[in-house]
Amino acid sequence: MREPVSKKTAAIKPSGIRKFFDIVQEMDDAVSLGVGEPDFDTPWHIRDEGIYSLEKGRTWYTSNAGLKELRIEICRYMKRTQGLDYDPLTESFVTVGGSEAIDLALRAMVDPGDEVLIPQPSYVSYEPCAVLADAKPVIIELKGKDDFRLTADALRDKCTDRSKVLIMPFPNNPTGAVMELKDLEAVAEVIREKDLYVVSDEIYGELTYSGRHVSIASLPGMRERTIVINGFSKAYAMTGWRLGYAVGPENIMSQMIKIHQFAIMCAPTTSQYAGIEALKNGDEDVAMMREEYDRRRRLLLHEFADMGLPCFEPFGAFYAFPDISGFGLTSDEFCTRLLREEKLAVVPGTAFGDCGEGYIRISYAYSMDDLKKALERLRRFISKL
Amino acid sequence: MTEKQILRKKILDMIEKNSRIAISEIAVMLGEDELAVANELKALEDEGVICGYHTMIDWSKTSLDAVSALIEVRVTPQRGQGFDSIAERIYKYPEVQSVYLMSGAFDLMVILEGKTLQEVAQFVSSKLSAMDSILSTSTCFILKRYKDHGTILAAKYEDIREPVTP
Ligand SMILES: Cc1ncc(COP(=O)(O)O)c(C=O)c1O
Repeated sequence: MREPVSKKTAAIKPSGIRKFFDIVQEMDDAVSLGVGEPDFDTPWHIRDEGIYSLEKGRTWYTSNAGLKELRIEICRYMKRTQGLDYDPLTESFVTVGGSEAIDLALRAMVDPGDEVLIPQPSYVSYEPCAVLADAKPVIIELKGKDDFRLTADALRDKCTDRSKVLIMPFPNNPTGAVMELKDLEAVAEVIREKDLYVVSDEIYGELTYSGRHVSIASLPGMRERTIVINGFSKAYAMTGWRLGYAVGPENIMSQMIKIHQFAIMCAPTTSQYAGIEALKNGDEDVAMMREEYDRRRRLLLHEFADMGLPCFEPFGAFYAFPDISGFGLTSDEFCTRLLREEKLAVVPGTAFGDCGEGYIRISYAYSMDDLKKALERLRRFISKL
Repeated sequence: MTEKQILRKKILDMIEKNSRIAISEIAVMLGEDELAVANELKALEDEGVICGYHTMIDWSKTSLDAVSALIEVRVTPQRGQGFDSIAERIYKYPEVQSVYLMSGAFDLMVILEGKTLQEVAQFVSSKLSAMDSILSTSTCFILKRYKDHGTILAAKYEDIREPVTP
């Protein structure tokens, strides 16, 4: 028989997270700080709208781009948070999570050989999605000394004639880094100069702890070259609903919708109804969760300092990225031993790019009690090293 | 709200959920000075905003007998004192847990705790109904507590998320 699998697919590395997942699964009393999703349940009024839509028999496909009412709410959200105007009908559409939007944006924009600039450490899907779109991923290494922000110099260094798309992964998973206005301004200058397009993954945009998140699309000359990706997973604790969206200029949106129409048809209808409620009446829930994450974040940093674990202050998402290079172990060794010896699961920085070596990702999307228990294990482990 | 009011609100929110939390921990979580938090707590106690640090107990999980009843009470208010003096006569009984003045079809809501149904019934008939200004009472026994003081009693929190995800 012939080889059934394409070379392109076979060449993609499996996620570095998988290995830890498998070990944890075998243990019965492991504790984890390894999740990438909120510990909160979806607020009840949002769930209730989903349930209500089912009761009313709204069990059909929606239009490919998603419910008009939801797209209107999405555009209102962009207006009230970023001051950006998007036309709900031609410049926004609803996806199956931010994940789908990342995939579509890259597929719609790159030709074989085009280069996609990917700052790392960052979320695991950008690089494989770029490869699947036949692009050449070009990694920009973010540095601890820059608080893992993207600098204009680091970007300029990696630009070539083939550079087409820059991924902007902020607020960042796994580092918790954010880009402030001044950081964005410096980078935007290079983007305009090199005529790049931007895919800005703002899924953690609601979870920032030092001032509000600024979208790069709101900077001069950036709206027409930026696709903003966002979703409901993190802000509203809705990971399982699989709901996200993209907004951007019509010429790119229409092409993304074309792929979406053939590959997906439409995002889950129940989730879309719940999403309308989230955007209309969910601000207070988001504020409550943000406040709670912030308290845990402060506790975490305090504990790290106390146990002698160096960590830059993360101002976004719900992750901290402490520096473990001083313990004489690689990230993978550190995490494997931590899991074997203290039954505590965390994710090695290298799961998010080679330049994550020397770091581990710790999630604080846990109840305060669970967080404290887990930190005790971490403290014990470090004191033995 | 002023800065101070915001801090007070945050402190109250935290200790309302967990009265055993250490002052140092509150300070860390709020990014505040420990002394400032201690002072604010003291002030809140002095002002009577914080009235006590109680424990929430689900007595139905113990082997001890306990019944609770909500009693709707209609009364004739007294000249010059409104409902206050009759409320006081009721709340002085130690078995009375709470007394609220209500808007609507009745006047006072009395929450009573006793060991048995009989004990509660006895209190209503011999003490409460016998008071002069009380026109009528309507007693409702609590059969099951699902949620109390913001805490869901029926289900225990369990983290069923996948342990490691991107
Ligand atoms: C940075 C980032 N982008 C996108 C996603 C995908 O989220 P979803 O597809 O649930 O919207 C995640 C999820 O972990 C993420 O961390």
